[in-house]
Amino acid sequence: MTTLTVEANNLTRIYGGREAVSDVSFTLSKGEVLGFLGPNGAGKSTTMKMLTGNLAPSKGSVKICGVDMIENPKEAKALIGYLPETPPLYREFTVDEFLSIAARLHGVSGKHIKAAVQRAKERCGLTEMSKRLIENLSKGYQQRVGIAQAIIHNPMVVILDEPTVGLDPIQIRDIRALIKELGGEHSVILSTHILPEVEMVCDHVQIIDKGKLVFNGSIDILKQQRHGNKLLLGLTNAPANDELLKVPGVEDVETLPNGFLRVRYATGKAPAEALVQAAVSKGWGLHQINPDQTSLEDVFVQLTYQDAVA
Amino acid sequence: MILKVARKELKSVFASPMGWVILALLQFGFGTYFLNGVNEYFEVMSGAIRPAERTGVTMFIGQSVFGLASFVMLFSVPLLSMRLISEERRSNTLPFLFSAPLSLTEIVLGKFIGLVAFLTILVAMIALMLCTLNAWADIDFGYLFSNVFGLWLLVASFSALGLYFSSLTAQPVVAAIITFIALFGLLIVDRFLTGDDASIANYLSLMHHFQPFARGLIDTADITYFLLFIITFLTLTVRRLDADRLRG
Repeated sequence: MTTLTVEANNLTRIYGGREAVSDVSFTLSKGEVLGFLGPNGAGKSTTMKMLTGNLAPSKGSVKICGVDMIENPKEAKALIGYLPETPPLYREFTVDEFLSIAARLHGVSGKHIKAAVQRAKERCGLTEMSKRLIENLSKGYQQRVGIAQAIIHNPMVVILDEPTVGLDPIQIRDIRALIKELGGEHSVILSTHILPEVEMVCDHVQIIDKGKLVFNGSIDILKQQRHGNKLLLGLTNAPANDELLKVPGVEDVETLPNGFLRVRYATGKAPAEALVQAAVSKGWGLHQINPDQTSLEDVFVQLTYQDAVA
Repeated sequence: MILKVARKELKSVFASPMGWVILALLQFGFGTYFLNGVNEYFEVMSGAIRPAERTGVTMFIGQSVFGLASFVMLFSVPLLSMRLISEERRSNTLPFLFSAPLSLTEIVLGKFIGLVAFLTILVAMIALMLCTLNAWADIDFGYLFSNVFGLWLLVASFSALGLYFSSLTAQPVVAAIITFIALFGLLIVDRFLTGDDASIANYLSLMHHFQPFARGLIDTADITYFLLFIITFLTLTVRRLDADRLRG
């Protein structure tokens, strides 16, 4: 299905003359998970606040399932579940009490509240914490309660601002699984600065830097950038680079400071086998051969750095 | 939706011991005054006073209890109202309300009604306590009603003012202190300008408008004053919260 759940048009937010977010536009379809990336202070949270109606945009508009956030805030907000950067928790309540309040305020009808609370607890692994005061929960569990309150009314769009901060690795895995699951029926927008996370759970990625969208596309494009046509070779008796260039498909050889060689090859060619054969027959002493992946971090730095130069 | 917010507020007052402690302590205070009043009534009225100057038991006890109540509310309402918005601001829970399908007016009205509902319990307890006099005397229900109604309007006005100051700051204590000073100022403003009955200061004073109720007189002008007072501060609160959304 390709129904648009979120439409952001030219969102701009000015703080004291400085544009914290400028001209951000994107759309999100049902069932997609959108990852929002960016360095600190890039405007991720500001954008999310505008999407959820917590902040009025200076320019531009937000539509949730076709409902305008500025003209019909109540209808639009009913379609959203939002977990802000700091989970909004009333510490004096127990998990059950708090989730019931969240359900009631989000318009879940009286007789469905119990079931909704139960479901949200199950999804976030909170069933054993029902009667505990939120105040006494660990940070990880508080974070889960935050996520639970965001999904309790089964919203069309779930917006999570750094949902995995402060969780232990097992919890992070659970939450990622939950986000993937949510992505099935809802649209999810999450911001993070943990890059592998984006790769694991998101279909779409947006990189925002200094308030501007520098990358907006599917995760596959990002992955392609990442996997460039490069091999990393470790040779004990490395020949002159010219020797290597004779191997069919090799286009460029570069010696790295740590003694490894980076071999670039033409798209579509796979010179790995030929390289190994050449290495064996000529006694180069091959001890390692790897596809050279630019880490997502590098791609990220490239994208945000390019912008800084330009 | 307003009631849902109010319910949440009321629940949060009783979720901590604070709600119960305030109810218990204040009720203890009012109860002591009430008992003292009953004792004194017999001492004062036991023949030393000429029959023409004698007052009814409702008025005698009511005066002391309601006098104390209006004074005590001056301290207790700021303590209760201080956390309404500033606490939410401090613990970052405002986005929870802002991203729920609620308008700002609903949030503010809900919080106001939640606090007033709690204070209504207090006022109702005082009223009930005085009604027990009816067991052995014929009490003046009209006088009682006017006092209860006046006290109720007074605490509702206190709450509206407290709610507004609570929306200005992220520090509950600061909100409480400002609210207290503002209320105190509004209560005593007429003391400084007693001479001129028509002066503006007189007109602004909360006490000036509460006194008719205390005498047993329900005047629509006073009711209007209290209602305007409440509406003004609730509107200001809505506007303050809206500024949050606009200015960030």
